Amino acid sequence: MTDCLAITNLSATLPDGQRLLRSVNVNVAPGEVRALVGESGAGKSMLSKAVLGVLPVSVKIVEGDIWLQGNDLGRLTAAKRRQAVAASIALIPQDPLTALNPSRRIGPQMTDRLVKILGWDQTRADERVRTLLDEVHIRDGERVLRAYPHELSGGMRQRVLIAAAFAAEPKLIIADEPTTALDVTVQKQILRLIAEMQRLHGTAILFVTHDLGVVAKISQNVTILYGGMVVEEGAVDQLFANPQHPYTRALLAATPRYTDPEASLLPVDQSVLSDLAKAVETADRDWMSSHGG
Amino acid sequence: MMQRIVIRLLTMLVTLFGVAVVVFIVIRIAPGDPIAMMLPPGATDADIDRLRALYGLDKSLFEQFFIWFWGILQGDFGTSISLRQDVLGLVLERLPATLELSILALFIAVLFGGFLAIVGARERGTAIESGIDVINGAALSIPDFLWGLVLILFFGVLIPIFGITGRVSPRLDLPFDTQFYLFESILRLRFDLTKDLLSHLFMPALALALPLAAIIAQLLKQSLKEVLELDYIVLARVKGFSETQVILREALKNAALPTLTLIGVQFTFLIGGTVIIERLFSYEGLGNLAIDAVINRDLPLIQGIVLVFAMLFVLINLAVDLSYALLNPRLRHG
Amino acid sequence: MADIRRRYKKPNLRLWLAGGWIALALAAALLAPWIAPHDPLTQDLLYGRLPPFWIEGAEPGFWLGTDSLGRDLLSRLIHGARIAFMVAFAAAIAACLVGSTLGLVAGYFGGWADRIISRIVDIWMSFPPVLFAILLIAVLGTGLHSVIIAIAVIDWTRFCRVIRAEAMVQARMDYVESAHIAGFGRVKTMIDEVLPNVLPSIIALLSLEMGIAIIVEAILSFVNLSVATDDPTWGGIIAEGRLSIHQAWWVLVFPLVALFLTVLSFSQLGEGLKQRFDPVLR
Repeated sequence: MTDCLAITNLSATLPDGQRLLRSVNVNVAPGEVRALVGESGAGKSMLSKAVLGVLPVSVKIVEGDIWLQGNDLGRLTAAKRRQAVAASIALIPQDPLTALNPSRRIGPQMTDRLVKILGWDQTRADERVRTLLDEVHIRDGERVLRAYPHELSGGMRQRVLIAAAFAAEPKLIIADEPTTALDVTVQKQILRLIAEMQRLHGTAILFVTHDLGVVAKISQNVTILYGGMVVEEGAVDQLFANPQHPYTRALLAATPRYTDPEASLLPVDQSVLSDLAKAVETADRDWMSSHGG
Repeated sequence: MMQRIVIRLLTMLVTLFGVAVVVFIVIRIAPGDPIAMMLPPGATDADIDRLRALYGLDKSLFEQFFIWFWGILQGDFGTSISLRQDVLGLVLERLPATLELSILALFIAVLFGGFLAIVGARERGTAIESGIDVINGAALSIPDFLWGLVLILFFGVLIPIFGITGRVSPRLDLPFDTQFYLFESILRLRFDLTKDLLSHLFMPALALALPLAAIIAQLLKQSLKEVLELDYIVLARVKGFSETQVILREALKNAALPTLTLIGVQFTFLIGGTVIIERLFSYEGLGNLAIDAVINRDLPLIQGIVLVFAMLFVLINLAVDLSYALLNPRLRHG
Repeated sequence: MADIRRRYKKPNLRLWLAGGWIALALAAALLAPWIAPHDPLTQDLLYGRLPPFWIEGAEPGFWLGTDSLGRDLLSRLIHGARIAFMVAFAAAIAACLVGSTLGLVAGYFGGWADRIISRIVDIWMSFPPVLFAILLIAVLGTGLHSVIIAIAVIDWTRFCRVIRAEAMVQARMDYVESAHIAGFGRVKTMIDEVLPNVLPSIIALLSLEMGIAIIVEAILSFVNLSVATDDPTWGGIIAEGRLSIHQAWWVLVFPLVALFLTVLSFSQLGEGLKQRFDPVLR
C-alpha cells in the first residue's frame, strides 16, 4: 500500500546556503497519526510548509522528493501541484484568531474551497458544512455560519477550522500546533475533538507539536526533529518506554505530563546539545562534499 | 451606525460654518479696495460710495457677515464684481466640469495604483517589484503641474493624439441640457461626443492622477504584503487558490482600509490641484474661474468658490468615513 | 545585505549630482547680470522664435533660441533663476524658522504648549494647500512678497510636525536630564542640547522645502499671480511657451527642464542629507 505522504531525503536551504532541512525522511501511512516533534527552529513547520507548497520565497528545496498519494510533487507544474495538494491535504492552522479572514463570514470561508476548487454545487457544500459543524459539537451552526470571525471565541473558531479541514474528506491533515494558541482548558477539548474526528473519518494526520505530552494522547507514531534532522522515530509506546537517542531522553525528562506531573523539570543537558550540534556539522560537511562543495 | 452618521453630519455643519467665518474674515481684512479697482480712473468719491452701498460694503463687518451668511443659507452667494453675475450660478455652471475631471482622475489613480500594487505584491521580492518602486518614486517626486507640462509636450505636440486645450473641440455642436457633458453624452448615446470629451479630459486627468496613483500603489502594496503574511492567507493557499485569487479574494479587502482613508485626504488635495491643471489645459472648470477671480480680486466670487470647495471636501470625508464602516464588519455592528 | 550596500552607495552619487546642479543654477542666479549674454527684456521682433543652436535657422549668440517677442531664452532663464532662488531661500527659511521653533517648543515642553500647537497644525494641514494659497494671494495681492509669505504661512507645518516628533524623543534622553540636574534652564537646555540634535533634520527639510517653494513660485507666476512686472520667471516663461507650443516648443521645454532638475535636485539633496545624518540609517 502506498504511503499517503512520503518525504524522502529532503533538504532545503536559505540563499546563503544554510540548510534548514537536512536530508529528512518522513512517511505517513493512510489513516496513521504521526507526530512531528521538535523545539522551535527544529524545522518542523518548514517541513509542513514544504509539503503544502507555501515555503517563504527565500527558502529553496535543493534535494529530495515529496510524494503525495504516489505523485511526485516536485515534477508537477505550480498550478497542478496546488490542485494536488488542495485535493488531498487540509491544514488545521496554529492560531485560530488569525486563520480566519476578518472581513468574510464563516459560511463562505468554509465552503469556498468545496465550491471554487473542488467544483461542488453550493447547496451540497452548505449541507456538508452543516453536518461537520454538528460533528465538532457546534450546536447553533446556522448562527455560526452567518457570523464574522470576531464574533466567535478562540475555541469556537478552532472548531470551525477543524470542521473545514475535514469537509472535503482529505487523505491527510496537517495540524500545525493546533492547540498552542489556546487556553489550557480549551486545549484538552480541542485535542480530544481532533482525535474523535480522526477516528470518525479515518484521515491520516501529521501532527506538528513541540509538546511530547500531547503526542502521547493523540498519535501512534512519532518523528523527532532537531536542527532540521530526524533524530529518532518510531511507535510512541516503544519510543517513550525505551528512547534510544539522548536528545529524546532529555526531551522526555523535560515533559512533566508524561512522566510525573509532580517531578521537577529537567533542562536538556548541555552535553547532549553540543553532541547534536556536532552531528549537524558532520551531516553538513558530508552533504557539502557529496554535492561538490 | 445611525448615531455615527448623525454625529458626522453635525460636525460637518460646524466645520462648514467655521470655514465660512474664516473665509469671510480673511477676505475682509485684505488690504486694497476692490471697489476702487472696478471704477475707471477719475471716478468721484460719490461714485465709489454708491457702488460700496450697492455691494453692502458700507455696513459694519458684523452686519455684513450676517447679511452674507443669511444669503448663503438661502442660496444667495452674492454677485460677482468682475463678471456682474450671480455667484452661485457661476459656480454651479463650472462645478460639473471640475467634478468630471476630478472623478475621472481619481478613477485613473485607483485603477493605476491598484494595478501596480497588486502586481507588486504578487511579484514581491522580484525585479518587477523593484521596477514598480522606481516608477512610484518618480511619480511621487514630480508634482502634477510638471506632469501636466510633460504630458502636453508628449501627447499634445510630439505625438498629438489627445486634446490639450479646453473641454471639448470648439467646432462640435453640443446638445446638452446640463453641464455634466461626459455623463450626458453617455446617457444620450452620443459616443462621438464622449470620445471627444474623453480625449480632452484624459491628459489633465492623468496629470492629476499620477502622483495619487503612486501614493496608492505604495501604500496598498505595503498593506497587501503585510496581509499576505497572515495565517488565513496561508490557509487560502493551502485550500488551492492561486496567488492572484488569494490577493483578490482574501487580501485586498482587508488591505484596502488604510489606503481608503488616505484616498479621502488625497482626493481633496487632488481637487485642489485641479485649480492649476485646469489653467494649464485651459479647461473651463471651477479652478480656472478661481484664478480669474483672484487676479480680478473678485471677493464675492472667491468666497463662493472656496465655500463650494470646502463643502466638497467635507462631503468626501463623510463618504470615506461611511465606506470605511461598510468595509469593516467590526464597525458595522459596533 | 545587498539592500544595505545600495543604501550606502547610491545617495553619494545622487548627492553629488544634485548638489552640482544646484551650485550651477545658484551661481547663474547670483551672477545673472554679468553672465547672461543678452538683456532678458529686450525685444526684437526680427529675431522672434529663433530655434536653439543645433537646429537650422538658429542665430549665433542665441544659444537656446528666442521667444515670440525675440527675447533671448537663455538670458531669461538665468534671470529667472534669480527669482526662483530668492523665493526658495526666503520662503523656506521663513517657514523653517516659524515651524522649527514651534515644533521645538511643542516637542520639548509638551503639555498644553504641545496640545495647542499640535491642534493648530492639524487644522492647518486639513486645508488643501492650493486653495489656501489662492485665498492668501487674494488677500495679500499679487507680487513676490505675497508668494513668499504664502509659502511660509502654508508650509511651516511641515517643519513643525517633524521637529516636534524629534524634539520629543530628544527631550526624554538622559543627557537632557543631566543638563537639568546640572542646573541649566529649560530654554537653555532646549537650545544647547536639543537643537543641535534635531538640526540635521531641519537642514534636510529645508532642502526639500526649497524645491517645493520653487515649484509653487513657478505655478503662481505661471498663472500670473507672482511678480507683477515683466521680470522673467520660470513660470512666466512656461506660460509664454504654453501659448506658442506649436510654433516654438523650446520656449516651454528649457524652463521645464530647468524646473525639473532643480526640484528633483532639492528633493534628492534633502533625502540624501536625511539619510546621511540619520544615525539609524547610517
